[in-house]
Amino acid sequence: MKTNLQIKEDFEILKNNNFAYLDTGATSQHPKSVLKAVHNYYTKYNANPYRGSYSLSVNATELYNNARHKVAQLINAKYDEEIIFTKNATESLNLIAYSYCLNNLTKNDEIVVSIMEHHSTIVPMQMVSKKTGAKLKYIYLNNDFQLDPNEIKQKITKNTKIVAISSASNVLGTLNDVQSIISYAHKMGAKVIVDISQSIAHIPFDVTKTDADFVVFSSHKMFGPMGVGVLYGKKEILECMPPFLMGGDMIEYVYEQDTTYAPLPNKFEAGTQNAGGVIGLGAAIDYINEIGYSNIIKIEKELTKYALAQLKKLKFVTLYCTSDAEKHSSVISFNINGVHPHDVASILDKHNVYIRSGNHCAQPLLRYLGIDSTCRVSLSIYNTKEDIDKLILALKKVYEIFKKYIKV
Amino acid sequence: MTNTNDIDNIYTDLIMEHSSNSPYMRNLDLPTCSLHGHNPNCGDDITLNLKIENNKIVDAAFVGHGCAISQSSTSIMIETLIGKTIDEAKEIVDIFINMIERKKLTPAQKKKLGNSVAFENISNMPARVKCALLSWRTLQNMLEEK
Repeated sequence: MKTNLQIKEDFEILKNNNFAYLDTGATSQHPKSVLKAVHNYYTKYNANPYRGSYSLSVNATELYNNARHKVAQLINAKYDEEIIFTKNATESLNLIAYSYCLNNLTKNDEIVVSIMEHHSTIVPMQMVSKKTGAKLKYIYLNNDFQLDPNEIKQKITKNTKIVAISSASNVLGTLNDVQSIISYAHKMGAKVIVDISQSIAHIPFDVTKTDADFVVFSSHKMFGPMGVGVLYGKKEILECMPPFLMGGDMIEYVYEQDTTYAPLPNKFEAGTQNAGGVIGLGAAIDYINEIGYSNIIKIEKELTKYALAQLKKLKFVTLYCTSDAEKHSSVISFNINGVHPHDVASILDKHNVYIRSGNHCAQPLLRYLGIDSTCRVSLSIYNTKEDIDKLILALKKVYEIFKKYIKV
Repeated sequence: MTNTNDIDNIYTDLIMEHSSNSPYMRNLDLPTCSLHGHNPNCGDDITLNLKIENNKIVDAAFVGHGCAISQSSTSIMIETLIGKTIDEAKEIVDIFINMIERKKLTPAQKKKLGNSVAFENISNMPARVKCALLSWRTLQNMLEEK
């Protein structure tokens, strides 16, 4: 089993630079194998998949669909055609909103999301709510930064047609009990969208076991290239949905006034796709499998435990995370009391420590918590205790600069 | 990485004092104009209140919240502009924005900026430029209507 120090050697950007990269929640770094797979594709196999009848294009098609198969296996989808490639999780969510929700919801229906959702879920669902008249409802938190189980049962009702929930919060790091939400929502007759963008590089997700109706995630948060997203949908649901984007390669026959559409998955993949990126995603999945989820979890749990213990020693820091380590991912939000997160991040930058600061595309959550913004550290398998020590040292420097000005 | 000197030149006593203990962070009685400025990504949020009499800024103040740079930039801007005519204020706003956009300033122009020249090095911290500019852009919009 590889250690995090050995894993770090696979990431040239980290190996060749002396910074602590603590922003994997925004985007992950890439191992050599992913970069090599993309390079290999463009130097040996590049042609437009599905288009050419020559061998280069046939090979490109095969590589492209091999990657689809890898995605299907990763999340245990029954059929490869249940995997649709998009440009990111946001596009996947928009596809569901425009193609499924607008055609299946009406004014007496309800949409339920959690208050910890990313804008990429909230904004499309607001659009659906405004266009269909369906009511948009929120599941709020208990006092330990977890979704309140009573809220779940109160908000999801017989009128609920769609529930959108993330497996892990990109701000709080809370791991949600997706399984019980899906089971309850199904009992009420609702379909469930699960956003696993923040968890797929960290913990496994099984679409068959959980019985999720839709699942979305982005390649770039799981060691793959930017510009590729995934939508999983149950075959029987996807088959009934109209296309989202119209154009080349999503068609069967095109007449002057009418068109019939291609079967899945092509129906939802209009225009030339990011084939190089998809192949990179395939290599990223190989990398995750090579390291193994059990090892990923072990490394990240240890790092998170260490980071939390060190942060708790700093009296000037407030943490925003659940006390239940079992329900906490490797994302940690905090503030230095009285210091704005942007000032913290700028000074940390000087000390070669890269963190995220701001509202993390989750303004409703921060407003609900009564804070403007937070500092966020998000850890991955390539991080080390040394990165965390650097963070702690730099936070002490921030406090040194600000302490005489902080108003109590 | 941000250069160490840039950081040291930004988080100075002058800037920290203005951000934590600004004499201009208060409500203004009967302002003649008021404008709200907001950086959606970072949550910096200010309301600028001015009292303009006979074409002159006789008093100004702000309320709001945000990072040390946005708050101190607002405070120091007000300090620089109280007592100035609208035309003088417009000129100073243009000079400040030029400075942030790394345009070369003459010594005379720098002098007109007063303490606001303290933000010169913010141009080397691109991620923070919008923080320093928030109040100045807000004021620019306000004065354009005058």
